[in-house]
Amino acid sequence: MKLFQLRGGVHPEGRKELSADRPIRVLPLPKRLFVPLQQHIGAPATPVVQVGDKVLKGQLIAAGQGMISAPVHAPTSGVIAALGDYPAPHPSGLSIPTITLETDGEDRWLETETLADPFALSAEEISNRVGAAGIVGLGGATFPAAVKLSLSRKNGVHTLIMNGGECEPYLTCDDRIMRERAAKIVEGIRLIAYSVGAKEVLVGIEDNKPEAIAAMRVAAKDSAVNVVVIPSMYPMGSEKQIIQVLTGKEIPASGRPADIGILVHNVGTAFAVYEAIRYGKPLVSRLVTVSGGAIKEPCNLQVLIGTPAQELIEFAGGYAKPPARLVLGGTMMGQQIANPIVPVVKGTSGVLALTKDEIGQSEASPCIRCSTCVRACPVGLLPLEMAAHIRAADLPGAVKLGLKDCISCGSCSYVCPAHIPLVHYFNYAKGDLATQERGKLKQEATKKLADERMARMQRIERERQEAAAKRKAAREAKERLAKEKQAEQVTEAV
Amino acid sequence: MVIALTSLTILGAILGLILGVAARVFKVGGNALVAELIEILPGSQCGQCGFPGCAGAAQALAEGRAPVTLCPPGGRAVALALATRLGTDVNLAGVKESVPMIAEVKEEICIGCTRCYKVCPTDAIMGAAQQIHVVFREACTACGKCEEVCPTESIKLQPIPTTLQSWHWSKPSAPILAT
Amino acid sequence: MTQIAHSPHAHVPLTINKVMRLVMIALAPATLFGFWLYGWPAINLWLVALLSALIGEALVLRLQQRAVRPVLQDGSGLLTAWLLALSLPPWAPWWIAVLGSLFAVIICKQLFGGLGQNVFNPAMAARVMLLISFPVEMTTWVVPAPLGSMHAPGLLESLAVTFSGVHVDGMASASLLGHVKTEFTRGIGLEQALSGYYAPLDALWGSRSGSLGETAALLLLLGGLFLIAKRVITWHAPVAMLLGVAVPALIFSTLNPAHYPGPVYHLLSGGLMLGAFFIVTDPVTSPNTATGQFIFGLACGLLTWIIRTWGGYPEGVAFAVMLMNAATPIIDHYVKPRIYGRDRKGAALPIASSGKES
Repeated sequence: MKLFQLRGGVHPEGRKELSADRPIRVLPLPKRLFVPLQQHIGAPATPVVQVGDKVLKGQLIAAGQGMISAPVHAPTSGVIAALGDYPAPHPSGLSIPTITLETDGEDRWLETETLADPFALSAEEISNRVGAAGIVGLGGATFPAAVKLSLSRKNGVHTLIMNGGECEPYLTCDDRIMRERAAKIVEGIRLIAYSVGAKEVLVGIEDNKPEAIAAMRVAAKDSAVNVVVIPSMYPMGSEKQIIQVLTGKEIPASGRPADIGILVHNVGTAFAVYEAIRYGKPLVSRLVTVSGGAIKEPCNLQVLIGTPAQELIEFAGGYAKPPARLVLGGTMMGQQIANPIVPVVKGTSGVLALTKDEIGQSEASPCIRCSTCVRACPVGLLPLEMAAHIRAADLPGAVKLGLKDCISCGSCSYVCPAHIPLVHYFNYAKGDLATQERGKLKQEATKKLADERMARMQRIERERQEAAAKRKAAREAKERLAKEKQAEQVTEAV
Repeated sequence: MVIALTSLTILGAILGLILGVAARVFKVGGNALVAELIEILPGSQCGQCGFPGCAGAAQALAEGRAPVTLCPPGGRAVALALATRLGTDVNLAGVKESVPMIAEVKEEICIGCTRCYKVCPTDAIMGAAQQIHVVFREACTACGKCEEVCPTESIKLQPIPTTLQSWHWSKPSAPILAT
Repeated sequence: MTQIAHSPHAHVPLTINKVMRLVMIALAPATLFGFWLYGWPAINLWLVALLSALIGEALVLRLQQRAVRPVLQDGSGLLTAWLLALSLPPWAPWWIAVLGSLFAVIICKQLFGGLGQNVFNPAMAARVMLLISFPVEMTTWVVPAPLGSMHAPGLLESLAVTFSGVHVDGMASASLLGHVKTEFTRGIGLEQALSGYYAPLDALWGSRSGSLGETAALLLLLGGLFLIAKRVITWHAPVAMLLGVAVPALIFSTLNPAHYPGPVYHLLSGGLMLGAFFIVTDPVTSPNTATGQFIFGLACGLLTWIIRTWGGYPEGVAFAVMLMNAATPIIDHYVKPRIYGRDRKGAALPIASSGKES
């Protein structure tokens, strides 16, 4: 198949050999699970259980709220120990509403329905079931999968792209799942394609995963699923980039893939869809790569949602060297965490313990305008200019240069010889702009309230005055009447 | 010499005339600017800037008597918007980033006197006599009027807690260049 | 682990200092050749230039109360002085090097705000300043006298050449470009002017009168290719600059061979090779995008050829580069990459209706 040229991109050291040949193992049941209510983009779920409730594996413990949300299910059987705040798997270290589940060791499933022929379901029913299973984009974006499905069906998507790029260094969980569960993934893909009515199905896999490509090709034989080998490059696994390399099309600025008739899903999501539709099993576990130079035995694990990262590290033999950073996700876009007690969530693809040498970052020095970042940017931005504007507190200037088109892939920071934290500047600016925007919206709302109050006060005042005037008029009229009467009486008397 | 003097004088007179005419013809009504500035300001008339209400502040801004950073409830967003409108530079780094605040009622000591409810310029406080009052976070501009009138110091401005939604990366420390 | 770092958590193994070192490595062959060709005075001059740049930069940093060590260690000041030294007449007196280096690092670089902030290429600006202020010293060339040869001055003699301005008889010469220009003004045709003065092979190898490190065209070309291979520079600006000189030279020499020298003559003379691979590729003062760099290089080449052909000075690289440095912000303003999902003007791409079947 003809591939299309991408702009920019970088070739970070893959380091996938650390864990690529380790088959998926199931992490033993931890004592406690910490299941956050928000593991997806959109509104957080609301708990439907009480402290002390006994729950079975797969039982709904928090329901989705509103249009864009996802429910949360009990990852194993046990007792709800707490409903409260717990540190989020997030660089801020803030705590978020979390359900704590005391596991009972039985891992007993809720009764689920197995379908002999899932294709007998209607397309709509499939996306409903995907939504009910709490499936979100497992590539890391964590957008509720069902929302994407129904949106794509409405928009008339013709092409389904399955993302097996896994371009992030270190991560091998997509690689492993494609090698070991190819047939199930292909069925999941077919279900997704059927649900949205896509005619063409492309599975893009980077050429550094020959075993996965072979396994997927075998599984996809005699089906409409087309496995395409794409070059290894970062950020090939980004939605925009994989669309571009496979179809040559670009998502219009601030548009969605559905706008150009394309739907992109991660291969791991396809497996979750298969489990949910075929066996009625909600998303309660995922594959996580535990790796990094500081990890003794890097591995790929099937982990229950809510398992503290610490447990994964311990299962991988602990540290071989003191780690300089703990990271959730890959090295390019993953997020550092301060404390390994934070749980694995639906979007956690890796737990990395990195040494100082692996990170290789040093103090930032002045920009020499070498424009290596310009060449590396897959979007076609001028990272050096944007960062200069942001440093000078000129955020609107940075927006004019295309800040909002930045996908935060970090290619620019990675290649900068001056070690300037370019993407950090961009994410700071995006966050600050969002805060300003929120402030502005709130201000407009409060201003309206203030105006309304002012109008109301004036109206009340006016009404009070009018009433007073009326009363006065009435009184005067009465008095006049009284006087007239008096006068009459006087005259009569005379 | 004479020619030079006369010609320059005439030139000066003509240019002066043009300027004078232009000043009249293209005169920008002061009120137009003030109105625009009022649009930008929060409009809660809290008076924290030291001017009588937002209109007073807008007047002062238009006349250059006040800095664009005068509005504490407006925060950086308003300062930036004002600076853009007035075409002035604003050193936001110099603006002490006042932490966004919000009024909160300490329920134990609220006596339900309704005084705060009556002064709130944005109707952000709900309550009735003899009932504990509640603040609508979305409507509160942290103007502080309620704090002033509360007889029991039950209602107080508190920093808005950071959540995962409002948190964002702080600005990276500048490279060696700036030191 | 209190400080939480932003992603990415990996980095390409490269620093500014390493970049500068690679450029110096690329310059080394041509420089060593210059040392050999022009003997001890050239080495003295080079040393003086580098030392004064270091001292000058340290002084300014102290005055600004900034940390001296990290700035000196990045190697950019040294590289500037090195490039300047290569463009000086090899037997120039010491103060030329001192003045030039100080002007480059203090006026052209630090006063603009230090590394990355300067508008003009410091080495070229210093060269232009010297050329305008001290035309005699800056155009007094010598016949090559390789180390160990009969005419080569000894160490002591060389110190006299560099530090007390002693002229060695019979060594004065003119550079090729200067010679041809002078002969033109005397009404002598190109062929005659070139005879006995110009041999393409010598020019290629660099065995001729000229600046300290500009004559060895081949070695400079190799250095440039090394930098391209190491991805320190890209091919755009150098190739464009060479084209900018070669194409008009080819056209005009074909039209009138008696008056206009051909492309080979132009490519191999003066500071063109040094300029193409080491000056117009200066990241600070050249445009950001590949297209911008190509335009920049092309214009530099064209201006160089124009100045050489019709200008008052025999060589035009430094002038051309400075003129184009001034135009860099404009080029950067107009030449930007197209943003994903947008057209060239920055408007969002239209949403294709083909996706919607309903």
